[in-house]
Amino acid sequence: MSKVDNEWPLWEVFVRTKAGLDHKHCGSLHAADPKMAVQMARDVYTRRQEGCSVWVVRSDQIVASDPGDKDMFFDPAEDKVYRHPTFYKLPDAVDHM
Amino acid sequence: MQGSIQVPTDPKLQYLLRIGDACLILGQRLGEWCGHAPIVEEDIALSNMALDLIGQARGVLTLAGEQCPQDYDEDQLAFLRDERDYLNPTIVELERGDFAFTVLRNAMVATWLKLLWERLRDSSDAELAAIAGKALKEARYHQQHAADWVVRLGDGTEESRQRIEAALARLWLYTPELFDDDAVDAAARASGLGPAGSELREPWLAEMREILGEAGLALPKDTAFRSSGKRGVHSEHMGYILAEMQHLQRAYPGGAW
Amino acid sequence: MYTQAMDTMAREGAGKLERVLSADEQALQQRFDARIDAGDFIEAKDWMPDNYRKTLLRQISQHAHSEIVGMLPEGNWIGRAPTLKRKAILLAKVQDEGGHGLYLYAAAETLGTSRDQMIDALHTGRSKYSSIFNYPTLTWADIGTIGWLVDGAAIMNQVPICRCSFAPYARAMIRICREESFHQRQGYDSLLTMMRDGTEAQRAMVQDAVDRWWWPCLMMFGPPDDQSPNSAQGMRWGIKRVSNDTLRQKFVDATVQQAQVLGVTLPDPDLKWNEQRQHWDFGVIDWDEFWRVVGGDGPCNRERLAMRVKAWDDGAWVREAALVHARKQQLKEAA
Repeated sequence: MSKVDNEWPLWEVFVRTKAGLDHKHCGSLHAADPKMAVQMARDVYTRRQEGCSVWVVRSDQIVASDPGDKDMFFDPAEDKVYRHPTFYKLPDAVDHM
Repeated sequence: MQGSIQVPTDPKLQYLLRIGDACLILGQRLGEWCGHAPIVEEDIALSNMALDLIGQARGVLTLAGEQCPQDYDEDQLAFLRDERDYLNPTIVELERGDFAFTVLRNAMVATWLKLLWERLRDSSDAELAAIAGKALKEARYHQQHAADWVVRLGDGTEESRQRIEAALARLWLYTPELFDDDAVDAAARASGLGPAGSELREPWLAEMREILGEAGLALPKDTAFRSSGKRGVHSEHMGYILAEMQHLQRAYPGGAW
Repeated sequence: MYTQAMDTMAREGAGKLERVLSADEQALQQRFDARIDAGDFIEAKDWMPDNYRKTLLRQISQHAHSEIVGMLPEGNWIGRAPTLKRKAILLAKVQDEGGHGLYLYAAAETLGTSRDQMIDALHTGRSKYSSIFNYPTLTWADIGTIGWLVDGAAIMNQVPICRCSFAPYARAMIRICREESFHQRQGYDSLLTMMRDGTEAQRAMVQDAVDRWWWPCLMMFGPPDDQSPNSAQGMRWGIKRVSNDTLRQKFVDATVQQAQVLGVTLPDPDLKWNEQRQHWDFGVIDWDEFWRVVGGDGPCNRERLAMRVKAWDDGAWVREAALVHARKQQLKEAA
């Protein structure tokens, strides 16, 4: 018997709780195959709300944007704090704007 | 010690107890997996199934209690009968077994229950029909989960195939009981309460053939072996299950829980 | 639960020096600190100090292990539940706990570890779980008592973590807290039924359970603040929001009232309302017992771990078969 990597792949789970809403990411689980992943997602993540739709995606298939810090560190725009409303200290009477 | 309750010998009651007790005892067995499954995700799946089955048992036993002149509630029936008055088919009381044994038994029993609930939706007893409507959805899911596992294990590794083959050889012996008719079945068919056991044999075989075929497993040969749990004559496993399950109710007569 | 994990690090010598940061890293550290101070959330892929990552990984994975091991003392009574309703409730509760473990493993995995690694750490004793689960469930009343006191204490620990700076952990906690209140209520309800409507023998059963679980539950909040040097760092990082002693006092205050309604006595002769402090004074906790149990010599430590190891080992062929089957399927589909 060939030696196999023992760990089941990781899947990210997205659940739509009600028609009209988006699928929301709610966590991850380990499953050996897509059918199992969907069933488990239903067992684990829709125990209370009758989720009407479940998506599972293998975690290694997710493509993500770069982590915020790395970009921010090199992004010169970050230094332009006067673009942010909180930079301006206003008298309390008009601070609500 | 709390003594046993007596139940009448009424065909309708017996028909209901066969179903209710099957759900109860299988639920009891599945609950034993809690904390011991191969991976936490399966702990959740198995306890979910146990929960569904206990729920089905509660519905059917409540209805069964109403057939008794003493108007027993679900707990009196579940916890205070003598072993001889439990009418589950023997297959559900067999040992917990390994994971292969468990998923294969689940596949067999879920397929049987699914076919039963489908037909019980047309029962002359409105309450039973209502229970069947809800239970059918659950049985479908149980069957799918179990069948998928049977296929994974049958067509997995050499070890998993050996284990599921061993489970099949053992469990197959206990399936004919599900489809043998007697006076209880005849009365149920006549009154429209529900199908006779034999009506489910062919559809059950067809579905099992499909599942086992996909798993690369051959149907075992039939033998003359017949289990008799449906008549109240159980295997040696039943006594231990009841001893554990009934203990608190027996030890605390008049208790409130 | 979690507080205990944090504080046991002190005993295990977690006072290592941070390594020297490069100029880039110092800037990132400053930015990180600013975000924490502003109450911002840190997501999984954001830069974070090594020790923040390590601390969270340890805490979250130990929290996850606690949920999973916690299924065992309660699972012990599923087969013997006295009514079908109680059996169903217990099954649902234990199922929830498995689910909570999964939410937490998922959160921990975002920090760069795998489930298998975390389980291996648990099984080899490097990773711990809440020591409350090293006590045996000897009667049915233990089940209700666990719901009332253990889940009660856990809720008190967990609500503040919903505001933890590490967002995946906070999100998991929000989900868990939503489900947790049912756990405490069902336990209390079970005890109330036995105390109010039960027999003398049942009332004695409940009192006996409370006598055995009370002090271990107080220990769930971890060592006293003055013996918890890591608490300060946890607070600094927005992981720990409330101190051990504060949570413990809050728990006692809430629970004394509940005990009065139940009609049970709490096994502490020093329990007394302090009009000046407006809190309940309580007796001295046996910290020797706490450290003994944390150290592996509690009533059930060896059994609990052995059971988890056995389940994992017995299940190896199942996990392998599923993987092999999945690969066979992939090859078939590719062909």
